[in-house]
This record gives sequence, C-alpha cells and structure tokens, in this order.
Amino acid sequence: MTGDATAFDEFVETFRTRIFQYSYLMCGQREDAEEVSQETLMKVFEHFDQLREPERIRPWVFRIARNVCSMKRRRSVFAPTAELSLDEFRPNWKGDGEDRRLEIADWSSLPDEQAISGEMSRILRQAIEDLPDIYRTVILLRDVEELSTDESAEILGVTTDVVKTRLHRARLAVRQKVDEALRK
Amino acid sequence: MTNNECKDVFARLSEYLDQELPDDVCRQFDAHIGSCSPCVEFVESLKKSIALSRQFQLGQQPRPLQEGEREQLLEAYQRLRQSLQR
Repeated sequence: MTGDATAFDEFVETFRTRIFQYSYLMCGQREDAEEVSQETLMKVFEHFDQLREPERIRPWVFRIARNVCSMKRRRSVFAPTAELSLDEFRPNWKGDGEDRRLEIADWSSLPDEQAISGEMSRILRQAIEDLPDIYRTVILLRDVEELSTDESAEILGVTTDVVKTRLHRARLAVRQKVDEALRK
Repeated sequence: MTNNECKDVFARLSEYLDQELPDDVCRQFDAHIGSCSPCVEFVESLKKSIALSRQFQLGQQPRPLQEGEREQLLEAYQRLRQSLQR
C-alpha cells in the first residue's frame, strides 16, 4: 500500500464497496453502513502497523469492520438471534415406492455459472437478511466474501468448528428459501 | 435422506463440499452419494445455492466519498506512508 494516490484510490474503492455491502447486510441501515465503511478505513490506515501478515489484509480489514459494525448496531433490524436446527431444513418426501422422491424444486434448470437475475438477487438478499445475526455474518464472510474458514473464525473470534456449523445451517436456510421460490 | 448414511451426509454436507472432511469420512460420503439419487439431488441443490451466494451483489453502492471524508482518509494514508518510510 506504499504507492501513490492511484494506489490509495484503488484500495479505498475496493475495500469501501466490500465493507459497505457487509455492513449494510449486518446493520440493515444504509447510513450505518456508510459510517462503518469510513471508520473502518480510517482504522486500517491508523493501525496498519498492527497487521502482522500483509497477505492476510482482507481478514484483518473485515475484523475491524465487524468490530465497528458491532458498536454501531445496537439491535438487529433483521431476524432476532436464535439457533437454527438442522431438522428445520431436512427435505420432505413425496410419492410412494419407486416414485418416492424428495420434495424439492428442480434445480437442474439453474445453470452453475450465470449472472443471477434481479428476481433471484432479491430472493437471495431476503434469505440472507432473514438469517439470525450469527449465521448471517458467517455466510457473508465465507460465501459472499469467499474468506476461508480459518479467516472467518479469526474475524469472528470463534473456533473453526463453530464457523463450519453455523455456515452449514445458514446455507441450508438460504437453500430452502431459494427452493421455495423455485417451486412457486 | 432417511437412512443413517443420508442423515450423516445431510449433517456435514458443507464440510464435504468445502473439502474439509477427514479423508476416510470423505470416501464414505463419496461411496454413499454415488449410489443414492436423493442425496445426489440434494447435494446438487446445495451446490447451486452456494454458487448463487458467491455471485450475490447487494446492488447498491456506497454514495461517493464526500470531500471531507476523502481528505480525512488521504491524510491518514499519507501519515502511514511517512511512518513506513522512516
């Protein structure tokens, strides 16, 4: 990050957008997300000497963002904190004998790699917002930001096993919401 | 999704897809999924759901930096550069 104004602008642009998205989905308020983005970037520049491993800058920045976000967010505007149980997401069966099959949507119509539609984006956003905080933060870090399990555990101050457990339940919850939408 | 093997797969499917399972458990899952069409169907649906999350974009950008905000950040950045050059 020891470059000129271009390096500064690129760094700010890249991280500001990512922090904004994460904090908007955690805080639920645009204004809070704007403030979290600015405060996080200030702390990044002010405490850069505390970054021990420069290659781990993304988890370090997100750890700061998460802390700033926690201070900002008195109470979630989204779902209350609650534990999700695996049983909630176990699919039902339909039919009998050889016709017996899972009661889930036909996902084969969804291509693996394709820009997601506006409608699907809306469904996903709602599914993510509906998650209790402790699950929402994990799916945002692991799947949306594509940070590793270790990095996410470090950011959240929990064990990797906790990250894995919460991530799986969050994914199942999101899958179920998308499945319901696909069946309509 | 009814027998114990299906339940085991369901409970640890994310670890399986993320290649975070111990090798022996992963081999057991491979063998089971290879012969269980409901599990295949469910695995595919979760894989696609994860792929959707990875493509997710909020669709809203932060507002442009206000002049005062940019100045504040730039000053902090310049202080950082000076300290790194010392």
